[in-house]
Amino acid sequence: MNEALLRSLTPSVLAILVRRGADFAAAEDAVQDALVEAVRVWPADPPRDAKGWLVTVAWRKFLDATRADTARRRREDLVEEEPAPGPVPAADDTLQLYFLCAHPSLTPSSAVALTLRAVGGLTTRQIAQAYLVPEATMAQRISRAKRTVSGVRFDQPGDVATVLRVLYLVFNEGYSGDVDLAAEAIRLTRQLAAAIDHPEVAGLLALMLLHHARRAARTAPDGSLVPLAEQDRGRWDTGSIAEGVEILQAALARDRLGEFQAQAAIAALHADAPTAEETDWVQIVEWYDELTRLTDSPVVRLNRAVAVGEADGPRAGLAALAALDASLPRHTAVAAYLHERDGDLATAARLYAEAAQKAPTLAERDHLTRQAARLNTRRCR
Amino acid sequence: MAKYLLLKHYRGAPAPVNDVPMDQWTPEEISAHVQYMNDFAARLEKTGEFVGGQALAPEGAWVRYDGEGRPPVTDGPFAETKDLIAGWMVIDVDSYERAVELAGELSAAPGAGGKPIHEWLEVRPFLAAQPTITECPHR
Repeated sequence: MNEALLRSLTPSVLAILVRRGADFAAAEDAVQDALVEAVRVWPADPPRDAKGWLVTVAWRKFLDATRADTARRRREDLVEEEPAPGPVPAADDTLQLYFLCAHPSLTPSSAVALTLRAVGGLTTRQIAQAYLVPEATMAQRISRAKRTVSGVRFDQPGDVATVLRVLYLVFNEGYSGDVDLAAEAIRLTRQLAAAIDHPEVAGLLALMLLHHARRAARTAPDGSLVPLAEQDRGRWDTGSIAEGVEILQAALARDRLGEFQAQAAIAALHADAPTAEETDWVQIVEWYDELTRLTDSPVVRLNRAVAVGEADGPRAGLAALAALDASLPRHTAVAAYLHERDGDLATAARLYAEAAQKAPTLAERDHLTRQAARLNTRRCR
Repeated sequence: MAKYLLLKHYRGAPAPVNDVPMDQWTPEEISAHVQYMNDFAARLEKTGEFVGGQALAPEGAWVRYDGEGRPPVTDGPFAETKDLIAGWMVIDVDSYERAVELAGELSAAPGAGGKPIHEWLEVRPFLAAQPTITECPHR
């Protein structure tokens, strides 16, 4: 059975139930039940019309649950008559679901969990495993999220930017659990791009594809980080890069620049360089300048300092870094790198060790510790 | 979406405001304290922020490898060990600020006289999984 097909039908089936008058929370539960039944029944008895099957079964589950719930008896009138399946404006409805699941009243973690379940069709258990929390906790997070958006009208227009932030979070969570969240984020962003014509949606999709292309080269067999400059570029996924670049170029041509397009442009310049030495750092600095204008984010300024260090030399990078708040995450790591490039190995080694203490991830801490060890060993010889 | 460990210490933490040893509380005060901790955990389950938690026995042993074919050496407890963990709770929250807010609430558990203990709790972030987009070009 094709689980991807099954899950791709989730948002439109859910939207149909909501359009028929089911409240979002109950409809969402019913669709989950229908998905579980599909996984059970389809391998032996695949339906001719997968979506029609899901709608029928989900609607029946919804009716059963509503009838069983005496407190909801008042709704009986509404649901007794099963409406004939009407025309299905799938793209619009899918878009509304994205908006609802990323509603600004939700915390980021709730929006992520609800999106993965209601739009992505993942089970609560899969989401819990992906985020390394107990299933009961994730179930509560999702039902709270559903209560939070219960008063939101389904056809209310939403803000694409909030949806993109949620998808970005899902993508960035990486590959820790059983569920490949990066691949799932790409699937959901692709689906969103099909539902709405928006250059920043395209920009985010391109950004994801370009980063995903480097996935195999980013870690050594022992799990340690391989920095961009040392990655085996032969292991980059050229198909994914080509697709990302094409999507990005079409988006940029529309002349409505946004932060995801600018980030993707930087990723594309890296992807485009046959060797690390041939990287077009001057253009990358220009894109960081654009990004600074668009976001004014201190993280962007920090990354810009690294790019300046490559384009104009480490002294220029250190000068750019000096203008930034030293308490920024990874500030010390960048300083260590630039000092090493500048030939001050003693300072670099000390700063690498200091940066390791502050590293937010285990892989980064080990990487920075190794950098310090490498310089200390070399200096002792 | 970050995990934090809230650590409660038998010793090693700065003295709390309401600093009366538990064996000098009334049984009702102890019950109220335990109830507060249970309610706190139950509330975090409902908010979808609870990952796990356990209390630890005060006495433990130190164990180390003693060479091929030999059983591990055990020793201790050592009186000079300043830090002694009493229990832990892991939470999964949206921000550091939220972790601090929750630790503050947990520290308000009632002690002697039914007054909050104002106990110092240690808040330690977990090292996260490596993000997909590190943004930093040299990595």
